[in-house]
Amino acid sequence: MAQRNNIWANIDWITVGLYLLLVLMGWLNIYAAVYDAGHQSIFDISQRYGKQLIWIGAALLIALVIMVIETNFYVFFSYIFYGAMILLLLLVLVVAKEINGARSWLSIGGLRLQPSEFAKFATALALARYMSTFDFSMKNIKSLFMLALVIFLPAALIVLQNDTGSALVYFSFVLVLFREGLSGLFLFLGTLIAVLFVLALIMANFTLILVLLIAALVMFLVLNPKISQFVRVSFFLLVPVALAVLVNLMLGNKFEWADIILAGSLLGAVITLVYAIRARIRNYIIIAVFFMGAVLFTLSVDYGFNNLLEPHQQVRINELLGIESNPYGAGYHVNQSKIAIGSGGMWGKGYLNGTQTKFNFVPEQDTDFIFCTVGEEWGFAGTFVVIGLFLALFIRLVWLAERQRSVFSRIYGYSVAVILFFHFAVNIGMTIGIMPVIGIPLPFFSYGGSSLWSFTILLFIFIRLDASRMENFRDSRNV
Amino acid sequence: MNDLTKRSYVIVLVFVLVALIFIVKLFRLQVMDPTYKQYATNNVLREVVQYPARGLIYDRNGELLVYNKTAYDLLITPREVKQFDTTMFCNLLEITRKDLEEGIQKAKSYSWYKPSILIKQISPENYAVLQEQLYKFEGFHSQSRTLREYSAPIAAHALGYVGEVTGGDLEKDPYYKSGDYIGISGIEKIYEKQLRGTKGIKKNLVDVHNRIQGSYRLGREDIPAQIGSNITTTIDLKLQQYAEILFQNKKGAVVAIEPSTGEVLALLSAPLYDPGLLVGRVRGKNYAELLADSLKPLFNRALQAKYPPGSTFKTITALIGLQTQAINTSTHFTCNGPASTPIKCTHNHVTPTNVLEGIRESCNPFMWNTFRSIIGKYRTSAEGFSVWREFVRSFGIGTILSSDFANALKGDLPTEDMYNRIYGTGHWNALTIRSLAIGQGELGVTPLQMANVASVVANRGFYYEPHIVKAVEGDTIRSSFKMKHEVGIEEQHFEPIIEGMRQSIKGAYLLPGIEYCGKTGTIQNNQGLEHGAFEAFAPKEEPHIAVFVYVENSKWGASYAAPIASLIIEKYLNDTIASNRHYIEERMINTNLLDPNKIVITDGAAE
Repeated sequence: MAQRNNIWANIDWITVGLYLLLVLMGWLNIYAAVYDAGHQSIFDISQRYGKQLIWIGAALLIALVIMVIETNFYVFFSYIFYGAMILLLLLVLVVAKEINGARSWLSIGGLRLQPSEFAKFATALALARYMSTFDFSMKNIKSLFMLALVIFLPAALIVLQNDTGSALVYFSFVLVLFREGLSGLFLFLGTLIAVLFVLALIMANFTLILVLLIAALVMFLVLNPKISQFVRVSFFLLVPVALAVLVNLMLGNKFEWADIILAGSLLGAVITLVYAIRARIRNYIIIAVFFMGAVLFTLSVDYGFNNLLEPHQQVRINELLGIESNPYGAGYHVNQSKIAIGSGGMWGKGYLNGTQTKFNFVPEQDTDFIFCTVGEEWGFAGTFVVIGLFLALFIRLVWLAERQRSVFSRIYGYSVAVILFFHFAVNIGMTIGIMPVIGIPLPFFSYGGSSLWSFTILLFIFIRLDASRMENFRDSRNV
Repeated sequence: MNDLTKRSYVIVLVFVLVALIFIVKLFRLQVMDPTYKQYATNNVLREVVQYPARGLIYDRNGELLVYNKTAYDLLITPREVKQFDTTMFCNLLEITRKDLEEGIQKAKSYSWYKPSILIKQISPENYAVLQEQLYKFEGFHSQSRTLREYSAPIAAHALGYVGEVTGGDLEKDPYYKSGDYIGISGIEKIYEKQLRGTKGIKKNLVDVHNRIQGSYRLGREDIPAQIGSNITTTIDLKLQQYAEILFQNKKGAVVAIEPSTGEVLALLSAPLYDPGLLVGRVRGKNYAELLADSLKPLFNRALQAKYPPGSTFKTITALIGLQTQAINTSTHFTCNGPASTPIKCTHNHVTPTNVLEGIRESCNPFMWNTFRSIIGKYRTSAEGFSVWREFVRSFGIGTILSSDFANALKGDLPTEDMYNRIYGTGHWNALTIRSLAIGQGELGVTPLQMANVASVVANRGFYYEPHIVKAVEGDTIRSSFKMKHEVGIEEQHFEPIIEGMRQSIKGAYLLPGIEYCGKTGTIQNNQGLEHGAFEAFAPKEEPHIAVFVYVENSKWGASYAAPIASLIIEKYLNDTIASNRHYIEERMINTNLLDPNKIVITDGAAE
């Protein structure tokens, strides 16, 4: 029992305080978003703010239960939770009815739950458990494979539910892996792929390949200042292009220009590669591979975009990149969202005085677009404070994670931080038009029992682990 | 592992970086960029224009002439339109399917989410039927507008009409917005500013479905519409109505003026039309029909026709002769009847021994000689003509005369320059322009101007600017209406003329018990039967009414113009027509002068 007293004393009240503050602000904004002069009782459970009040009460109860349970429970049961969640996700695929295009809801009696929400903390637990096992190593292929399996199995199941947004959350674990020793190259490559992906969609293939060609030549020049070699390489790259163009002209422009240049430059890159391997010039090998990889990636993005993505996803990405713009089409959400936030000004229109959100100009104003209410009614002052509070929470979580003695707690702590961060970044980025419209909630703010409970569970398991950080519980590796 | 701990800083850096990007973007969005505030206002604010009722128009005795009726515009908000029964819809509104489709297309191209007018000016009767069914048609709603309604189908030309603003109007006055109504002619045009009132604005908050959620700022920024000012005209409803009855199936004009004030008692241009034809949905169709009518009913003859005044002009010739001392009351000119030169006399009468008889007998040679004497009194013909012209001008001929009428014309009063151009300077004299003496030739006067001449004679030398509006509610009328215009002819010179005019009254236009003065005119017309004219005022002493009647293709002035004028005078002064004159009244009413083949000249009274 002495230990238990210890726990309450060791709770990180700053995190708890930040959590309570965000939940309270979230509820106030849901009330404002749904507010209607006709229904003013805050306990009216026919209204969403009334229901949210119930969800908050239940969430606090869940938090309390989590705090009471021994920490070993989470470690022991991490795989069990994970397995149960995978089964639930499978079950959803079989029995769920479609809501808003996604089959992610499970109805139990009158209660509707979204298992994909809860899969996040289960995956985080399983990840922490797996990565803290004795024989885990970042350099071991088998370990990495298992790691990928743990992360992407639930993600794949969620994609099958047609809820791509929630599945994308699992990419955020890359940051945890980075902290645990994954090569920085992955982060770099990830960023590069993202940039190329965007460029491939914005630019015509023809232009992009020219840009890549020039970039490769510049890199040759910068990385190896021997002019004779540079001239040789330029020759290797450009002659096949010129030849291809010539052949095409002789055939009477049988092929598209883009295809001809593409084929020519790929041929050139292969010649360059062979030359570089023979001459043992490492930099040239890398650049040639980079060039070929980039070209192939560009082509596959185009193919994937046109053939694999659903039309509504294509439109959303196009809207975001400014390729298409139709204020009353798919861009309507973002446009109205920006109008609502932008109209808030420095100090906002005052609580309950928002017109854009109150009169339903902003869609999903109490769930995915709840941040609009903050922006409209509290102005820049309000959005600044909310972003500040979230940032404080994330930094606090990283700081807490770093002070853990057990690897399990640290990895779990980081997982909490990056999952919350990913939601924060994508959700707010979406409302201000710098991210595509991906329907994921803003933690603690958005209306909805499943998301609030799942974030509460996610966070409080870590607060519980942190409270017992001095205990020596079962953990294969120690820092 | 120490190395990996440092990676926590990279992760925190990513967090901070993203938060910073958000804050910068939000600062730009919320604080720097004002456009989103404007968009937000556009989103929620719907300004509903409150159309004021147009001012009412009364006659001089307070009888209502023009008032308003409600009509309904049907508006469509394309975004809200659901599938509906188009056949039923078209039947209810009495439109074709093509009209509907075109209308919807037009509305869509204007805006998907703002309402635009689909069908204008639905009558209250049709609207009553429509309203019961309107709930079946989502995305449609109505707004009420006021349209003109006339208590009697009269005075169309004097009152004018109201129509939708044109591009030119929109450019001239920013008050008007497309679809607004504006006075296009007559009183409606001249008094547009007073009649229209001021539009108001009601600011409503709407939700995303354009449903009204309440007043913006509790209505504090609403501007209530101010209804238009009522106008009292100088028109006498009963007299106008009577004149119009007399003028059915005739072409011509009547202007009646109260000489002591210049107030226009009646003003008509025939063929007449019902002012109600130019109101509401039927306006466009009716307007096109009236415009295409070969008799030109829309042409306001009272203000715009350039009629040669004929013999009615002889009063002016005689008055100028007396004033310039070209003649005196006992000047004698010989008349050889049809054998007279250079102008023959068409009437058989005794040789006038003086100007009184010259007027009474409408003697052409007498007037020619008077005219020649006037011109001959001066050094050159040109100088004499100029003096004559100035006198004529002072009667109001060749001038706009009044600013109270829309589209009034000056008519034609020839100038010295004009004759110089035609005949060459110094190559013309009184003989060349002799037709002017008897009101023919290059003279073109409007009936309004000639009524004013009658008014001048009635007043013995002056007139007040003829006007048609007596009072504007909450406003004053122009001060120029009270200004006395002297014509420069001494009062004493009027006596022989007036007496001559009195003695000329006879036959069908003799009024029992009323001593009045008149002058007939018969105007040669190349295109058909002569036009008849009559200029009169009554009673002879302290006249209450001066009138000019012009009846196209009616042969003699004494045939129709004079009897019609006499009936108008009798009606105005006595309020009833003497029973022994009923047959004249009936004949005037029943004669159709529009078809020249049917005209029967019954009274070849001499002029």
